[in-house]
Formats: sequence, structure tokens, C-alpha cells
Amino acid sequence: MMLSVQDLRVSFAREYGDPVEVIHGISVDLEKGETLGIVGESGSGKSVLSLATMGLLPRTARASGKILLDGEDILTMSERQLCRVRGRKIGMIFQEPMTALNPSMRVGAQIAEGLRLNRALSRRDARAEALRLLEMVQIPRAAERIDSFPHEMSGGQRQRVGIAIALALEPELLIADEPTTALDVTVQAEVLGILDELVSELGISLVLISHDLGVIARIADRTLVMYRGDEMEQGETEQVLRRPSHEYTRKLISALPGRVRASLEMSDG
Amino acid sequence: MAEILKVQNLSRHFDLGGTTVKALDDVTLGLEEGKILGVVGESGSGKSTLAKLVMALDRPTSGEVLLDGQNLFAMSPRQLCAARRNFQMVFQDPYSSLDPRQTVGTIVAEPLHLDPGAPKGADRREMVGALLEDVGLSVGDLTRYPHEFSGGQRQRIAIARALITKPRLLVADEATSALDLTVQKQILELILKLRAEHGVSVLFITHNIGVVDEICDEVAVMQHGKLVETGAARAVLDHPQQEYTRQLLSAEPTLEVIGRKGRRVASR
Repeated sequence: MMLSVQDLRVSFAREYGDPVEVIHGISVDLEKGETLGIVGESGSGKSVLSLATMGLLPRTARASGKILLDGEDILTMSERQLCRVRGRKIGMIFQEPMTALNPSMRVGAQIAEGLRLNRALSRRDARAEALRLLEMVQIPRAAERIDSFPHEMSGGQRQRVGIAIALALEPELLIADEPTTALDVTVQAEVLGILDELVSELGISLVLISHDLGVIARIADRTLVMYRGDEMEQGETEQVLRRPSHEYTRKLISALPGRVRASLEMSDG
Repeated sequence: MAEILKVQNLSRHFDLGGTTVKALDDVTLGLEEGKILGVVGESGSGKSTLAKLVMALDRPTSGEVLLDGQNLFAMSPRQLCAARRNFQMVFQDPYSSLDPRQTVGTIVAEPLHLDPGAPKGADRREMVGALLEDVGLSVGDLTRYPHEFSGGQRQRIAIARALITKPRLLVADEATSALDLTVQKQILELILKLRAEHGVSVLFITHNIGVVDEICDEVAVMQHGKLVETGAARAVLDHPQQEYTRQLLSAEPTLEVIGRKGRRVASR
């Protein structure tokens, strides 16, 4: 088992009054090489769940339950232990590539940074590896683009750089929080395709978080539907979409554009 | 039926030291009274440049924008100011388009300065309150601040602000792109309801062709500043004539095949 979340509860301390619980006991498992989709609207707790998995909850948060990564509990790790996990065992891709990347650093150097720190590669070797990664995420003319700044790239290219950074240390688990939400539909399809291909090829487990069932349906083997910190249902993605067992899942499906819904009904045989 | 908006051979070029970028290149299209026209295209297709010109927030290199037959760019500043109450805009990001230091009541009432005959005092408050209820908020929200609202509620506030002068044309630039799908659906339903009740015409700019399908009567597909294809939304989406339109349609997520395993089987 790559990741096993067991009865996770997260609450936030408030200046006045009792803490507010925002995740009310979530349990979910992820096998090696499998992709788990987490879907829900704003406020469903899906991002807090991903931050907890990275050990990145803010100080005001209290978590109970277990988050087992390869059998080791993230919630009881020290910051020093967590630093060894982040990047190396878990990679993360964020929603907004413009804010996630350093605007004053060339993209090649940003990809190389983790390699130099974690694998003690020489400047030259790290640059060669950064170039290989840029080619892997299909950046055209990678040898020239390696010296570009983020603002010189399009949104889709920036997000590919984000994927390259996340994959640089060959993590076993990748968490992608709304990785294509800020992108155009055509670019979204490209970036999702690249992500899917790499994750399958490298045998990485992926947690894909999105409010868009259409995105989840594309690559998630299993899907967890969340609403206000509770699990509504989870199961095989196909099962969840074609035979939703919860009213809320049906509501999410009905929020999809008509064309997408029609394709679901047409193919149901 | 009368055309409320007519865009005639409109171009907007930018000079970038030697090279010229044709952000908008000889675009002609029309919007009939009471209809919703979707302008769809990727980033860089010129759709936001078009919106800015239609709102007279920028001047074209050549061409005209006619609102009710009046050329916006031939008007004096005073005439343009008076005309502005007839066309209003809803922006993409409901977090940056509302002044965080103003109450919702002040924000929504602001465009009324364009209308010298607008009601004042208690009448004005009543008018704003009624409009808030129209867009699914409540009178009690008048004294609250933007940060107290969710993204979808903020977009409702922005729509109320755009409608307060009873405009005949509403320009919505990616008005639902920053929202969750469930909230997007609510906002699209709201726009349809307001069109039915107030008869407002809408220029709806989006990169999402699925949204066009939901609410638009007509569609104009744009690429690299040029109009690629235009026509009734149903016809264009069901029988696209241009390769680029087909590309946009095929990029849309579909649920015919679910999950990776399904696709592997399907591709075999």
C-alpha cells in the first residue's frame, strides 16, 4: 500500500471559541501505480487533505487518525523526517504555476535546485538532468527554454515545468491539486495527457484533486467524492460516475456541461 | 430582429518594436437584441481584446463598434459616458473586481452615477436591495463586505452591479471560469433567468465550449485574432465546418471512456 489514510480528522484552532473541524474522519487507500481522484467543490476539504498528506498543515491545525506513507505515519513525523519525505517520496503539483514558480529564477535552475540539494549533483549534471526532464514533459526546444524565466512561458508550459520539478526526485507518490484548473480546455487536455503518460510509465501513484469530474474521469482509477469534510462515496471511477450511490455525486454530474453529460449517457451500455 | 451590437471590420494591432502583433484582425460580427452570443477561443485568440473594444476601454487600430447603430469611437467623451449605462461588464475574477473596502450596497450602486435621473437615498437602497434579491442574494447583504462572500456569491454581486443601470448589453469575460462547476451552473442559470426577465443581450466570452453549449444562441469561434467560424450555437457545435472548431470540441473532456484502464482497452 502506497498511501493509507485512516479516519483522518483535521480541525483548526480559532482565536475565539472552539476549534472548527473541517475533515470529519476520512479513510482512503491508494495502491502503488494507482491513480486516486478526489472530487468536491470549494470547502469540501480536498486541499486540506492533500496538505495533510504532505505534512504541510499550518500550525493552527490539529490532525488525528493516521496517514501512512509506505507504512510510516506522516502525522507523527518530525519536521526533519518530513523534509526527507517531501520531494523525494512525495512530489506536489500546484494549481497556479505562475505563483508556484519563482519569477526571478530561470526554469532550468528551478528544476535543478532540488537535484543539487538532494542528490548532490554537480551544476553541470543537474543542468543536464533538468534538460532531460524538460524534454520528458514535452517542452518544445527544451535546450533553449531551459534558460527562460517563467513569465516568458505560456500557462501550459509553466505547468509542465511544475510537473518536471515534481518528478525531478523520482517520487513514488505525486499529489496534483487542481493542476489544470487555471488552463484553457485545449491546454488542459495536453497537460493531463502528459501527466497521465508519465505517471503510468514511471509507475508512480497519483492523487489528483479537482472540482471537475470530467478531469477526474479521464485518468483516475478510483474516486473519492467529498463534501464539507465528509466522504460522500468512493469506488471505481467508472462505478461512481455511472452508478452514483450518493445524491451529491448526482448533483456533481448534473453540473457538468450538457455535452459531457450526454457522452456519459451515450456510452452507458 | 434589430442588432444591438455590431462589430465591423475591427482590428487592434500592437507595435512591439519592429514586429506587429495582430491581437484582433478584421473581425465582423453582430448580436441580435435579447440573444446570447458566445465568443470562444484559447488564450491569445483575441477574445478579451474584443471585449475591451466593445466596452470602449481601448481604441481599435481600425474598424467600428456600433451599439444600437451608434459608433462608440465617434462619440464625444460626454456622449460615451452617457452611453455607458447601456453596456456593462462582468469580469473573470470576482476576487479582484470588487473593492474590498466598500460595502456591497455601495459597489452595486456605483454605476448609477452614469444615470442623472437615478433614484437617491431610501429609493436607491430599495432598488439595490431588489436587484440583490434578483441575483439570489438578500437585502441584508447591502451592508456586508466582499470578503464575507464566496466566489460564486461575489460573481452575483458583480452581475448585480452590471445590471443596476438596466443595460441593454452585458459583456461577460470568462465570468464563470474561476468558479467550481456546481457554482458555474448556478451562475449560468442566473444569466438565463436575467435574460428572460430583463431582455438583456449578452456577449459571453469563454474558452470553454461546453459553456457555450449551455447558454449561447450564437457562437463565434476565434483563433489568433481572427474569426474562424460563426453561426447558431447548435449548428456550429454539432456540425463544425472548420478544423480549429473540431479541435476545440475534441479537447473537451468527455466521459465516453472512463479512467485509464478503460482507455487502454479502447485504444487496443
